[in-house]
Order: sequence, then structure tokens, then C-alpha cells
Amino acid sequence: MTMRHYTLTAKVLHWLMALLIFTALPLGFYMHDLKLSPAKLQLYSYHKWIGVSLLLLCLVRILWRITHRPPALLLERWQHTASNVVHRLLYLLLLAIPLSGWLMSSAKGVQTVWFGIIPLPNLVEKNKVLGILLGQIHESLSYILLILVILHIAAALKHQFIDRDKLLSRMLFGVN
Amino acid sequence: MTFKIITLLTAGLTAATMAQAVEYNQIIVPQSALNFAYKQMGVAMEGKFKKFSAQISFDPAKLANAVAHIDVDLASIDTGSIDADEEVAGKLWFNTKAYPTASFVSNGIKSLGGNQYLATGRLSIKGKTLNVSTPITVQSDAKKSVFDGSFIISRTTYAIGEGEWRDLGTVADQIQIKFHLVVNASAAKI
Repeated sequence: MTMRHYTLTAKVLHWLMALLIFTALPLGFYMHDLKLSPAKLQLYSYHKWIGVSLLLLCLVRILWRITHRPPALLLERWQHTASNVVHRLLYLLLLAIPLSGWLMSSAKGVQTVWFGIIPLPNLVEKNKVLGILLGQIHESLSYILLILVILHIAAALKHQFIDRDKLLSRMLFGVN
Repeated sequence: MTFKIITLLTAGLTAATMAQAVEYNQIIVPQSALNFAYKQMGVAMEGKFKKFSAQISFDPAKLANAVAHIDVDLASIDTGSIDADEEVAGKLWFNTKAYPTASFVSNGIKSLGGNQYLATGRLSIKGKTLNVSTPITVQSDAKKSVFDGSFIISRTTYAIGEGEWRDLGTVADQIQIKFHLVVNASAAKI
């Protein structure tokens, strides 16, 4: 029955990323309209550090996914397709959103320095118009992510509490 | 009879051998630049002042007479973001309404050998005047001298960034001032 579970690595990656997404996403929406202050500059930095962390974790996660087969599911065909599409989109967005943020920061002329220690290269030259455009892309993709995350959670809760098929337990700790 | 050819040398060329002191004193502001660099949350940031004026007089043969007086229009700051430009014009930073201008007035320059010099002077910002010194590299030709150098000031000693901005973990205390001044030779003396 152990095959019914994700590996520990997959679980840690999943929940760590969930935690970071639930920090970075509200932070991003909140900090945007703040008046300039040291707190705003700090929040922007934390947001960027979390974003870069998510980008790296997502790459590790995709690597895990390519090299592992997730535990098999007994789902209706449409559910299987829907889950596949949502998962692929989630991976795509978790690469595209941090990347668009990094690009935006570069275009706005502010280098991204991970945890204030590790400088990342600027991906594009300073360009005001491009910076604004990338900001809009970053924001729009984040709204799409929010919708998909809600769908993802709603589906997991539906399986847990309506279908009662123990699908959620595949990703939980301590139920091996 | 033989003719002796007498050659007379005249002193006609002496003018060319006279040492001609060249004084550089025509600042070319559009070719010059006044930039600053600092760290914000560990990130190296740069900005510039778009408006400044200068009276400079420099003759490498008469360093005792060298003068530099630079006035910087603080409201012309370009930090790279409009929010920050507005913020630093405010009371907590430069307070440009009360103190629109920062100025540097030299009081000495000495040669460090080659084209290296050390200038000292008084830097006034936001009502406070402190001594500063800066190394300068001077590249001169017959037409112009180019002065390049940089020095570091502590923003808190000038009360630049008060209140909540005193937190040095966000915007670091050290601000590097970088200058690139293009000064033409005086037309009148040639």
C-alpha cells in the first residue's frame, strides 16, 4: 500500500511550496500599494527572496516529477484530464511568475539579491516601459495562479470530504 | 677669393619654447556627470543629479590657485523611481524646500604623483557642513581636462534619511559620490 503515497521528497516540496506561495502571493498584492517606507522596501525584498526560492524549488519539483511516477489514481477520465491540466499549469506558473518578477526587477534597474547575499544577474537592460509591462504580466499570472490554487484545493477537499476516497492522504505526512 | 657663408641664427623660435601655463576653467555640464551609489537591502543601487553648476579653475603648474565650487540642485535627483525621487525631496531626506542646494567648496588640492590628486573641501548638505577629501584622476590635453573621482559620505551625519529611514539595514549609511567633470581650457589664455 506504500505505493499509494508520494515520496517524502515530493511531500516536503509540495508543502514547502504551498507555504511559500501562501506567503508570497498575499504579500505581493499587499505591498504593491504601500507608501514608500523602509517596511515597503523590506517586504519587496522578502517577496523577491521567496519568489527566487519558489523558482528553484519548482525546478527541483519538476525534476522529481520527470524521474518519478506519482501514485496511481482511480479517477474518472474527465477528472484525470482536469487534474493533469491544472497540475501542468501550476508548474508552468510557478516558473513563469518568479521569472517575470526577476525580469521586471531587472527592467526596473533593481538587481535581485537572494536573501541580500547572492546576487542574481540582471536578465534585461533597464527599460521603464518593459518594466511596467512585466509588472502587469507578473500580476495577471498571479491572479491566474490564485484561481488555479483555489481549484486545486477545492478538488482535494471534494475528494476528501465528499468522495471520501483518501486521495488527499497521498500527500499527507504520518499516514504511511 | 672665397666667400664665406655666414649663417645667422636668430632667436625667432624662442616664443615656442616658453612654458605656456594652461588653465582649465570652462566646465562643460552636459558632458559631466554627478552620480551616487548606495546599498538598499543588500542591493547595489545607483542614481544621479541631473542639474548642477560648477566654477572650476585648475592649472597643474599652479595647484595653490586651483579652485572648485560645485552647487547641486538636490531636487534634480534621479533615483530611478518616481516614488523615491519624491520621497527624498521630503523633510526626512534632503528637505529641498528648506535646503535646495548642496555645495562643495574646495580648500586645497595636492598632487599624489602622475595624474593623481587629492582634493579637500567643505561639503554642505541640509544645513550641515563637513570636511571631505577625494582622490581625483585628471586626464588633460591641450583643450580640456577630465576630472574623475569618488568619495564616501555617511548619510546619517548629514541627517539625510531621518525618522524611520535611520534604519541602516534598509538603506545603508555609506553613500558613494562619483563625479566626472569635463573642463575646457580657458579660451582667453591661448
